[in-house]
Amino acid sequence: MMHLKETELCLGLPGGGCEADTALKVTGKRGYSQTVDLMLNLQTNDQSSSTDLNDNKLQNSTKNNKDPIKPPAKAQVVGWPPVRNYRKNVMAQKSNNEETEKVVAATAGGGSVAAFVKVSMDGAPYLRKVDLKLYESYQQLSDALAKMFSSFTMGDYGSQGMIDFMNESKLMDLLNSSEYVPSYEDKDGDWMLVGDVPWQMFVESCKRLRIMKGSDAIGLAPRAMAKCKNRC
Amino acid sequence: MFPEEVLEHVFSFLNSHTDRNTASLVCKSWYEMERWCRKRVFIGNCYAVNPRVVIRRFPEVKSVELKGKPHFADFNLVPEGWGGYVYPWIVEIARAYPWLEEIRLKRMVVTDECLEIVAKSFRNFRVLVLESCEGFSTDGLAAVAANCRNLRVLDLRECEVEELSGHWLSHFPDSFTSLESLNMACLGSEVSFSALERLVARSPNLKTLRLNRTVPIEKLSTLLQRAPQLVDFGTGAYSAEIRQDVYSRLADAFSRSKNLKSLSGFWDVTPAYLPAIYSVCSQLTSLNLSYAATRSPDLTKIVSQCYNLQRLVVLDYIEDTGLNTVSMSCKDLRELVVFPSDPFVGEVDVLLTEQGLVSVSQGCSKLQSVLYFCHQMSNSALISISKNRPNLTCFRLCIIEPRVPDYVTHEPLDVGFGSIVENCKQLTRLSMSGLLTDRVFEYIGTHAKNLDMLSIAFAGDSDLGLHHVLSGCDSLRKLEIRDCPFGDKALLANASKLEKMRSLWMSSCLVSFGACKLLGQKMPGLNVEVIDERENVNSLPEYVPVEKVYIYRTVSGQRFDTPDFVRIMGKDKDDLFSDKGLKVAVLFCSNFGTFRPCCCTRSRSL
Repeated sequence: MMHLKETELCLGLPGGGCEADTALKVTGKRGYSQTVDLMLNLQTNDQSSSTDLNDNKLQNSTKNNKDPIKPPAKAQVVGWPPVRNYRKNVMAQKSNNEETEKVVAATAGGGSVAAFVKVSMDGAPYLRKVDLKLYESYQQLSDALAKMFSSFTMGDYGSQGMIDFMNESKLMDLLNSSEYVPSYEDKDGDWMLVGDVPWQMFVESCKRLRIMKGSDAIGLAPRAMAKCKNRC
Repeated sequence: MFPEEVLEHVFSFLNSHTDRNTASLVCKSWYEMERWCRKRVFIGNCYAVNPRVVIRRFPEVKSVELKGKPHFADFNLVPEGWGGYVYPWIVEIARAYPWLEEIRLKRMVVTDECLEIVAKSFRNFRVLVLESCEGFSTDGLAAVAANCRNLRVLDLRECEVEELSGHWLSHFPDSFTSLESLNMACLGSEVSFSALERLVARSPNLKTLRLNRTVPIEKLSTLLQRAPQLVDFGTGAYSAEIRQDVYSRLADAFSRSKNLKSLSGFWDVTPAYLPAIYSVCSQLTSLNLSYAATRSPDLTKIVSQCYNLQRLVVLDYIEDTGLNTVSMSCKDLRELVVFPSDPFVGEVDVLLTEQGLVSVSQGCSKLQSVLYFCHQMSNSALISISKNRPNLTCFRLCIIEPRVPDYVTHEPLDVGFGSIVENCKQLTRLSMSGLLTDRVFEYIGTHAKNLDMLSIAFAGDSDLGLHHVLSGCDSLRKLEIRDCPFGDKALLANASKLEKMRSLWMSSCLVSFGACKLLGQKMPGLNVEVIDERENVNSLPEYVPVEKVYIYRTVSGQRFDTPDFVRIMGKDKDDLFSDKGLKVAVLFCSNFGTFRPCCCTRSRSL
């Protein structure tokens, strides 16, 4: 049975529940930068470095006393580091190919070597890496991803830890929603929904992870089901 | 008084725009003389002046160069639809300069209609350079190819082109033989290889050929053989299954390219094919391997043979060891660019540190220009670099994590950057990063007297920082700031300075609506553009900081092609952001002085 918790994207600080509404009021726009802020440990107001500039050249100037009106949270990490779009796209592809080599080397060398894969989440400007060998089930992976991406959870995977692909209507409901689903790129270069194969098989074939909107993942389902049918 | 012919002859030796501008200010007759014989016009901000004014002053122009969006548009800080439309310019110059030969545009919105006008209006059109432009498709290119009989240069640098088909290249007629330079590296679609080959074969003056990714490595040797006179070559995707025959042909073709001085491209590199270029390495003055995602040993092997290299663009895969080799082998190096291979991932598994840059600064005595991305820096490294290379003119350092201190002492990097501006007296361009307080700005204001362009991010403590820069940097023309606690006081106190600069960009700072309005009211020579996309923007009180403000000097007053999220402050009575809707560009009809509204041709519909 497939149970995927409400994965409504909450763009507030972790542990604080859904604060997207609050963020909206302040900025009028999504405030995901607040979340990313925390992950990067950006401190806008704490860098009170020593400035022994007693010669105050500016008349009537008071040192900026960390104004209560903060600048809008938006755009704090947009455009940083200053690398142009086409370069980002190119390198993302390149790193992907590199990752393949790493994972292949790892699994070829023996079971104890790490299996790092990149995890991206649509909308977040930073990627993370996870070592799949650290986990023993989809549930554990889900918990780790939840910690990494704050409010994202994958919910329960049932006793075998697999999405019930046979329940087509439930699957389609999920994929039609704006909730987030995890997908992965396998050895063949295909993008699949996470949870369709037994855990060990997943660890060995997963090259990278991408947490994407359900509606974007809609194209994956038929492929996933076909592959599953071929394997089962 | 010199007779006109003598003056004209003297002026013909003045090529730089600044020299010509200065000469034109000497006296009225020099002004008149100069304006009639100026052939090349450079406008650094397309909104600083009206095209008709330019045309009225310079009637005999052969080359026009325009820049549009601010630099931070490169990093997605300028929202789509902000402006920078070249259409009004194209319409005017098409009418006024039928013998125009060259157009160079940077960060502008260029539509297919613009390209069609260009293609049909200038009988002797020779040079089209579009850098970081967008808004056109391959259809526009087809029009240029089909109609510009005397075209010499078609250079598309890092443009965003709508790819309808690769067929545009086939529109160059068989009678077209004047091509000297073709740069299509930014295009994604495949062109007909036979059309490309025939074009290359019938272009005896072709010196620059930069292919796009779709041209396979197997075909490179064919092209190189057709054009042994090539000086600047950009490969396509540099990968294939390893085949001895393909490799040999390629290596052979490179070895015969005796004139080759510049190489680029190298997407999707298969390392085994890299040695094919070894035979030309010692000839190269410019090498761009910034798409070659291959490890340090491969890269090092190449650069170790590039004894004459002046410009190197590479990824951080080169690592400190590779840069050490550069410092020992590339003694003529003038410019070093190191891009990050993985800008957005937290973990670092590439061994490129500040050490690499220090080595190059030690070994390469002619090094003038640096753009360097890394993860750590120290004051002592910066001090060493500044002492090694006092001849630096451009120093751009990006430490990837914002606000990172000296990794050894954990102090801010003020002293390090201070040393750079103090020792490098010819520094004209500086970009800083890492943990920086107001102190570094004091150093900059005190020492950086030749600084022309400064980029600041996540730095400073107070308005004092901004004040130091604006009051101290005598030569400053372009200042761009993001995410710094700079606000109203420094800005307003230095309002008159802003008229001596081309532009100031501030985003995610503490400049309020009220201050922007005041500045716009008090300074008629400035456009103070507030760029703010918040839905509730019209109801925000005046003391709230704006999202972004772009201030530039202009003699043409406010512009009328702004989208709803841009507001030019201090000019209207109501001072409100307008409703969403199609904005019209207002063009003055030059003969009758009446308004003739026409829709601004947009790249994307609203």
